[in-house]
Amino acid sequence: MAYTKRVDGRKQKEIRPITAQAGVIKNADGSAYFKIGNTVAYAAVYGPRELHPKFMQDPSTGILRCNYNMMPFAGMGNRVRPGQNRRAKEISMVTEKALLPVVDLKEFPNAVVDVFIELPQTDAGSRCAGICAASIALADAGIPMKDLVSAVSVGTVDGTIIVDLDYMEEAYDASVADIPIAYIPSTDELSLLQMDGEITKDTLLEALELGKQACREIIEIQKKALKEKYLVSGEENE
Amino acid sequence: MSKKNPVREHILKALEKGVRPDGRALTEYRPVEVTYGVSKTAEGSAIVKIGETEVVAGAKLSIEVPFPDTPDEGIIMVNAELLPLSSPRFEAGPPGIEAVELARVVDRGLRESKALDLKKLCIKKGEKVWSVSVDICTLNDAGNLFDAAGLAAIAALQDAVLPSYDGAEIDYENKSNERLPLSKTPIPITVLKIGDHFIVDALQEEMTSVDARLTVTTTADGTICSLQKGGDVAVTTADIGKMIDISLEQAKMLREKL
Amino acid sequence: MGNLLVQERTVVVPGEKIAEGLDYLPANGAYRKDDFILAGRLGLLTVDGRAVKIIPLSGRYMPKRNDIIIGKVIDVTISGWRFEINCAYSAMLSMKDATSDFIQRGADLRQFFDLGDMVVAKIVNVTSQKLVDLTTKGPGLRKLYGGRIVYVNCNKVPRVIGKQGSMVSLIKNATGCKIIVGQNGVIWIDGEPKNEVIAIEAIRKIEEESHTSGLTDRMTEYLESKCGKFKQEQEEQPQEEQ
Repeated sequence: MAYTKRVDGRKQKEIRPITAQAGVIKNADGSAYFKIGNTVAYAAVYGPRELHPKFMQDPSTGILRCNYNMMPFAGMGNRVRPGQNRRAKEISMVTEKALLPVVDLKEFPNAVVDVFIELPQTDAGSRCAGICAASIALADAGIPMKDLVSAVSVGTVDGTIIVDLDYMEEAYDASVADIPIAYIPSTDELSLLQMDGEITKDTLLEALELGKQACREIIEIQKKALKEKYLVSGEENE
Repeated sequence: MSKKNPVREHILKALEKGVRPDGRALTEYRPVEVTYGVSKTAEGSAIVKIGETEVVAGAKLSIEVPFPDTPDEGIIMVNAELLPLSSPRFEAGPPGIEAVELARVVDRGLRESKALDLKKLCIKKGEKVWSVSVDICTLNDAGNLFDAAGLAAIAALQDAVLPSYDGAEIDYENKSNERLPLSKTPIPITVLKIGDHFIVDALQEEMTSVDARLTVTTTADGTICSLQKGGDVAVTTADIGKMIDISLEQAKMLREKL
Repeated sequence: MGNLLVQERTVVVPGEKIAEGLDYLPANGAYRKDDFILAGRLGLLTVDGRAVKIIPLSGRYMPKRNDIIIGKVIDVTISGWRFEINCAYSAMLSMKDATSDFIQRGADLRQFFDLGDMVVAKIVNVTSQKLVDLTTKGPGLRKLYGGRIVYVNCNKVPRVIGKQGSMVSLIKNATGCKIIVGQNGVIWIDGEPKNEVIAIEAIRKIEEESHTSGLTDRMTEYLESKCGKFKQEQEEQPQEEQ
């Protein structure tokens, strides 16, 4: 019994509706709001700024520091005690690795660019939403970046490859593979790849191609969010 | 205090002429906006904006064993996080004293006003009661987090709908049509003293010049249900009276935003 | 053969293809990848001859030699002062660069600049490790007394100052406030409290509308509506009280 009809009626390759906005947190140097389906992520970038503790400073380059956190009421069920648990620590780390290939922090020796991701509401795909939001926020902050990074989950449910799994699909009562990826379009490379579940190599490669396609769609939305904030055309000189 | 403080001098000079750093009058609030139901995963939630300060509060409900000294009462808990996302001055990590004070002030306002009828939250005496956890997270700190947080907390409770409970398990995905037994709306108003002047809704840049602050939480009938004085300078009872008057007046305005 | 794929003076985002072919050269903020020139940051695309540049619209201040900045004293050492200059790096002012007057050995340097003082200074050197050296010897460089400080996006500073100081003069004349704009996005304002607020609102308006044309005229209109008619002088002249 293959999974032919998705729980929320979406097509196989269809991603959930996305809302993205840049510059939503006034105090931050760059920020973004990224909503995909019912998963919402805020990202704020502060930096380059002074880095403490001193032993973490790198005289050859600035460092990127990511902090991912779910608000206590963001889970589908019980309240989650605040404070960074192991899952959040791991996600913070893979988020950093997902963004690092595109940022160039050589101009900022000994300094840090801090990225904070907070989610008030989640419905699967939270680390991917976080990465998408963080990418917009970093660009908004004027950080030198070769490209934007986009992220989405791909996977299989009962043998059918789908894109952008939601909570019901992750928890589906059948064989599920959940594969979050992050993608850099200009180099056609993946900077995040994780998997829960079971899959064959061929199916995986097929799923990854679909994932990249979805990421290319999402990148356009991220770009639009940035351009909308900076709605600029016309002369600066008088 | 022998150390000169030119920033304070300048702010005082302006206050003497009735001008705040952003042009407001001394007892004027920035625009206040309350949005309900911002988090689908919370049982109740709200975002409060006061000027550019933005705070989100989420209420989660669960069933717990009651405290031994109150076997027939539900539980209410308030937690606050000053997220590093919301200001360059906050660091990642466990709540510092500022977050703890904020949470406790909001908590006292809700608890002492008996806004929530805890007895109605009892399911089975001594065994099962509803426990309400309110979590307040700052999204952008542009001053006056206390008032924004207090307003957000009460708004989140107003927004809350109980999940369905069949006697054995809570089903978070199916809501009942029951709301929380909320009978009052305690509103905190923080009044600050700079020299001989009293202001409300302070900006972050005014805070370094503040001598003392008093957060007064009141309910609609004018009853004071909680007080918190902060700041390094002591105040007279006349000052306190004045600050309470100001807060009663402002609470009316803020309550209308709910 | 080469062509521009994006119109000049539009906002580009990281990774966006700006030009194709070998005719154009990537300069500030742009880079070459195979046959294309891509944007290496968010900003405004400008073409200078064959050079493709991205002008930043956001981002924190990076200290540059010869910039006039406003800093705050955060430390007094044996030989000088350390300043916070609204960026990731602090700056040093040594005794010899502070004043031509003779300073006694062992003198209390706090007499000159004390903790918390705001000072207009000039950056004389920035090393590759971003160690910044300042001087306060020079015209207009001095300690600031009174007044208040506002922060703006450092990328908007040229707009706030205007051509040959025309925009900031406009605000000064209209509000009667003394205003000093630091390249590091720190602005000092001193005047009547109500007028200070008008000056700041004007500055915020410039920040928001910095990309549009006809700004000087609109700012003149705006300031006239707030302060009444005023004389447009470029030099410091005694102003009429509003």
